[in-house]
Amino acid sequence: MNQTPPIRASLFVTCIIDQLYPEVGVSVVRTLRRCGVEVDFPEAQTCCGQPLYNSGFTQEAKKLAARTLDALDDCEYVVVPSGSCGAMLRVFYEDLFADDPHMRERAESLRGRVYEFTEFLTDVLGVDGAPMEGLPADGELTPQTVTYHPSCHLLREMRVREGPTTLLSGTAGVELKPLPEAEQCCGFGGTFAIKYPHISEEMLADKLASIMESGADTVTACDMGCLMHIGGAIARQNLPVSVRHIAQILDGSEG
Amino acid sequence: MAEVSTREFVTASQAAVKDAQLRQALRRAGSGFDGTRREAIAEVSEEVWEGWREQARAIKEHTIGHLDYYLAMLERNVAAAGGQVHFAGDARQANAIVSEIARRAGAQTVTKSKSMVSEELGLNHVLEAQGIDVFETDLGEYIIQLAEETPSHLVAPALHKTRGQVAQLFAEQLGVPYSEDIEEMARVARVALRQKFLEADMGVSGANFLVAETGSLVIITNEGNGRLCTSAPRIHVGLAGMEKVIPSLQDLAVFLRLLPRSATGQRISSYVSMVTGPRRSDDEDGPEEFHLIIVDNGRSRLLRDPALRESLYCIRCGACLNVCPVYQRVGGHAYGWVYPGPIGSIVTPGLVGVAQAKDLPNASTLCGACRDACPVQINIPRMLLHLRHQQAESGDENTKTSSDSDALLARGFATVMSNPWLLRVGRTLGRLLSKPMVQNGKIRQTRLPFLSRWTRARDLPVPAPRTFHEVWRDELSKGGR
Repeated sequence: MNQTPPIRASLFVTCIIDQLYPEVGVSVVRTLRRCGVEVDFPEAQTCCGQPLYNSGFTQEAKKLAARTLDALDDCEYVVVPSGSCGAMLRVFYEDLFADDPHMRERAESLRGRVYEFTEFLTDVLGVDGAPMEGLPADGELTPQTVTYHPSCHLLREMRVREGPTTLLSGTAGVELKPLPEAEQCCGFGGTFAIKYPHISEEMLADKLASIMESGADTVTACDMGCLMHIGGAIARQNLPVSVRHIAQILDGSEG
Repeated sequence: MAEVSTREFVTASQAAVKDAQLRQALRRAGSGFDGTRREAIAEVSEEVWEGWREQARAIKEHTIGHLDYYLAMLERNVAAAGGQVHFAGDARQANAIVSEIARRAGAQTVTKSKSMVSEELGLNHVLEAQGIDVFETDLGEYIIQLAEETPSHLVAPALHKTRGQVAQLFAEQLGVPYSEDIEEMARVARVALRQKFLEADMGVSGANFLVAETGSLVIITNEGNGRLCTSAPRIHVGLAGMEKVIPSLQDLAVFLRLLPRSATGQRISSYVSMVTGPRRSDDEDGPEEFHLIIVDNGRSRLLRDPALRESLYCIRCGACLNVCPVYQRVGGHAYGWVYPGPIGSIVTPGLVGVAQAKDLPNASTLCGACRDACPVQINIPRMLLHLRHQQAESGDENTKTSSDSDALLARGFATVMSNPWLLRVGRTLGRLLSKPMVQNGKIRQTRLPFLSRWTRARDLPVPAPRTFHEVWRDELSKGGR
């Protein structure tokens, strides 16, 4: 039935998933492949440069951004399983290279090709929350209650708001629980968490309270940065909540 | 100028997050203001609201882009209405001008309506040193004047105080019976202030907007005290930052829609006062003299910097404070100067110098809630990033404030991430060195600098046995998994 050539997408996995959470990258690839996407992985990629850019070190950030542009120049679609790194590629590269016309042009060309992982599923592949072909069906998975934390850069830089919850509601075995005060920042903010731990921890405590109030047994998000932060505290306090990237839930992989 | 204690941000905010009463006050006010703001937007619809924001931003962009032209027009039209404009380069000059006006008039008693610029100038102390009695007449300002404190919010200066604290303050300072009844407290303040309104020789007000084409000063209040300050005394002195000018009354309309809704969720404030010159010959009342002091005090520095210029579009509604997760935890005083919260983190370094305020641009998660709440679409996160950049890499030693170790770390990170083989070495080393600290696959405690500030409340993951690169190469690229 499918006469059109398959959609090809390149994964920008992000350094945090590459180094700390490779299993999330595996779930991303598996989900995309199940949706019929031909996935490739430009191996020259490392870090997009966001930690440096956010700390003001733009000269150093430019080095990593240039490296990333080199790796992604020829890609048709770039899929990023992170709202934060996705925002760096889509929004901030243009600011970073504001004074360099050639590089800025390359950043602009990248802009329209960058999609956050769930955004790619909903906006490019047209997944609308109906059960996806190839994904585990109802009854095959242990039922779970899930609450979704919308990460700030995904929400307010990439403007992805509804897609993730639409996808989760369509996932077999998932019962979505609303997160109180969902759009409040979790207090990660990259180096903010270690520069101002006393403020970060207050924000984190409120986020944990919201998660517990939701009654869900799993918390998910589209960013491993926020989840490392939230999950780090959940582990420290031995809270009965598991922490998984949204790709792991869509993929049906055990957390 | 008002004292700057922004260097103490870290210690001040550490104390603030532990202050349960402050937290309670912030929570109530923050969610209250933001809730009513959201309702007010929903009432007119997102779409209409966005249209107003665009329109207001365009007006500000245009006016700030032609500020000299509109200030000259304003000056001409204030003069044509019988008033006088004074331009003050800095706080010292502005205070000297107001002092001189007061001295010439032999003023003994001054009533003031709310003015953030006067807080910025530290005007009250200057007038008091001259033997003049100064009375704040905005209820919130009155409270903090009694408490000898400074405002902690742009719109609600005494927001940091709980009802009980105010009742205590009134009982101690005014000798009235302790009462937490809000109407009773307002009545007490009204009785105390009513006499001052009648005695005052000079009234000082701020300005929400200055209309160039008519030479009018516009103030928006809910208590009516602004009108008493600007019309009862013999002399009215208006204070305004130079960015407050807008071209016409037509332009004012959209701001009258945006400001009250953004500040308190009101469709319109109880009072909108437009003051154009002193009393005319056929007016029954009004002041004999009208002086408008237009204050620079560092604003031209912001104007000159294209990356920071849009901070001058601010209409001081406070919406960014009410949605800011940092402000909501630390309160206004921790910011150490007159303007707190997200917009304060741009304006304060701009006006007092980055070196005095180096924590402010960094004490943000860049969550972007402020930009979405801003009625003139000010891109606060982008300006915070710009200030961080100045701190890290500026050629100017006054703005470059990052430590050498930060720079070294940044260079190290960039080098490692640019060289995959170095990254492999670093990763192997990291796994080896972290081994003694690992329990159940996580680091629970460490004495290492930086990392210990993470692990004091959160476990830290260790590098995975294989990177995604390796998993891709070994399995996924071959169609595995």
